[in-house]
Amino acid sequence: MLSNTCPSLTVSSLAAVRGETRLFSDLSFVLEPGQLLFIQGGNGCGKTSLLYILAGLRLAETGTVAWGGTDITQLGKQFHQQLCFVGHQNGVKAELTVWENIQGFQSLKTGKAGDIQACIDTLGLAGYEDSLAYQLSSGQQRRLALSRLLFSSQPLWILDEPFTSLDKGSVRFFESLLVAHSQQGGMVILTSHQALDLSGSEAVHLELEKAA
Amino acid sequence: MDAVMYMIRRELLLAFRQRAELVNALLFYSFIVVLFPLAIGANAKLIATVAPAIIWVAALLSVLLSIDRTFRSDFEDGTLEQLILSDHPLSLLVLGKILAHWLVSGVPLLVLTPLLTLFLGLDAGSSKVLMLTLLLGTPVLSAAGAIGVALTVGLRRGGILLALLVLPMYIPVLLFATVMVAHAKAGAPVAADLSMLIAFLILAITLAPLPTAAALKVSVS
Amino acid sequence: MKFPFMPFLHRISSPPRFYRMACRWIPRLGWTGLIFMLVGLVWGLGFAPPDYQQGNAFRIMYIHVPSAWLSLFIYTVMAVSAVIAFVWRIKLAEVMIIANAPIGATFTFLALVTGSIWGKPMWGTYWVWDPRLTFELILLFQYFGVIALYTAITDRRVGARAAAILAMVGIVTVPIVHYSVVWWSSLHQGSSFKTLDNPAIAWSMLVPLLIMFIGTNLFYLAVVFLRSRNELLLREKQTAWVGEILDKGV
Repeated sequence: MLSNTCPSLTVSSLAAVRGETRLFSDLSFVLEPGQLLFIQGGNGCGKTSLLYILAGLRLAETGTVAWGGTDITQLGKQFHQQLCFVGHQNGVKAELTVWENIQGFQSLKTGKAGDIQACIDTLGLAGYEDSLAYQLSSGQQRRLALSRLLFSSQPLWILDEPFTSLDKGSVRFFESLLVAHSQQGGMVILTSHQALDLSGSEAVHLELEKAA
Repeated sequence: MDAVMYMIRRELLLAFRQRAELVNALLFYSFIVVLFPLAIGANAKLIATVAPAIIWVAALLSVLLSIDRTFRSDFEDGTLEQLILSDHPLSLLVLGKILAHWLVSGVPLLVLTPLLTLFLGLDAGSSKVLMLTLLLGTPVLSAAGAIGVALTVGLRRGGILLALLVLPMYIPVLLFATVMVAHAKAGAPVAADLSMLIAFLILAITLAPLPTAAALKVSVS
Repeated sequence: MKFPFMPFLHRISSPPRFYRMACRWIPRLGWTGLIFMLVGLVWGLGFAPPDYQQGNAFRIMYIHVPSAWLSLFIYTVMAVSAVIAFVWRIKLAEVMIIANAPIGATFTFLALVTGSIWGKPMWGTYWVWDPRLTFELILLFQYFGVIALYTAITDRRVGARAAAILAMVGIVTVPIVHYSVVWWSSLHQGSSFKTLDNPAIAWSMLVPLLIMFIGTNLFYLAVVFLRSRNELLLREKQTAWVGEILDKGV
């Protein structure tokens, strides 16, 4: 089980505007612990914007996101400590080695104590410990970025297209990781263009439509 | 404090891996210093008189050039998002980056300066005072520069805009530093100038991380 | 952050309400301002007595002093709007930053130019690197910086937030300019106003200056309302209330 009991995430009448275009408006839903929200939609319909707003990285035009009843813009750091975010970009430093990158992830976010070597083996990166990250393939870099999840003790995971450029085996591994996290009472919010096998978890689908 | 130390360690490691960049910045600094005597011509007395100004303008420009890289690569590879969402206050991480930037670009500049003042024919007394102003002033340049970089990091072509935003903040430091060297040379008391520079240093290190952190959050969104 | 006056702040800053208010006040402020400025200028340039030291050269004061005051005042207004915009995200405050910046830059420029013209007969040079002049020049660059940063960022709201941070940081220059003649021995003369009981200059010179002062301030208010009204319409062009105005064809 997760160390802290996870409150629910309440989104009420959220609207986002990018430049002059309205991406979505009046979006409301509640996500309970143990649920997995799978956001789908075509390019440019505001999936990434929505994730940014849910993570508290971007301000909504109108509407609120509340964590356990309190607006996340007021919670600030308190909310961020409950959140593990892997964005569209990996957040991997190209000039640091695999090992140093993972050390860096752990310094920025306190999580479960874990052995870096075991983590590298699980990721299938054994033998690359001392390789600089830019020497890895894009799929390997993505795996390195997702290694944050292996140590994460945060109840809320927000993942933007986590499975791009991953091979089949890795996709299956991370799928099962997401399912396990939600079964333990965590929450997952993710976007993906791929069809995913998330059986065993309580998956909620959200289809964003391109605003007219 | 852990957060500050982590950022400093990481930045130093990254700077070490890209040491060519570091050398380039120092070469740039020396080149600007060399350009002035070439432009002024064989007038040793004049060159020695304007030497502190030359050194300061060169230092200012080379810091402006190197500061742009502090947050840009973090922005491009997505590390900035992770820094914002980390467990530590962003302003502390920013403070770490500012200190690391000073260690990586300010300190080598300080080490190189005595050689350049010799080359410009500056007397030993003024040279010492100049070094003191640089020691107090270059961290201010790093800190104030960070605000400008944080504001422009999301823009594809931020370079010239960065100069427009940051140079006005640099002018007070430049003024007090060069005035202090001139006062020392003339035998006038320098306590007032010195305390102004120290005040700038304290204010910049304590306050600059706050607007920088706020600006980074705006730039990411 | 929540304060008791928040509902009030939100109510008066609602865009349609502000639009109606601006429409009512722009002509009133603008015309009164122009009349005051005309009276002040004619009086100051034509009828006020010449200065016993500076002769007729002092008359440029009637433009220089109000411009210099406005250059600082507008920056302060901009910085206060920036704080409100940043903390409470009030749209009108964001608009105010951008509406103020070019006006402030213009008055700063005017203050610098008139100051230089005044400096030539008084100090024998158009420009000296005196603290007040230097920091006034920095202020001009700061206005340019705010404008440039806002225009460089495509998303208006993000741009306004970035500009707000810059405007807040730059506020330190305002007290420096204001107190520079006190802090440093300076070529620039001291304040013409100080206290009304004991003015530094004769009443016959001061009255037209006060009239100019009122005139330029009213004029500034009219222009800032005009600019913020336009910016607000541009920003809100997809909303219903702008649609109604467009339908009416105002």
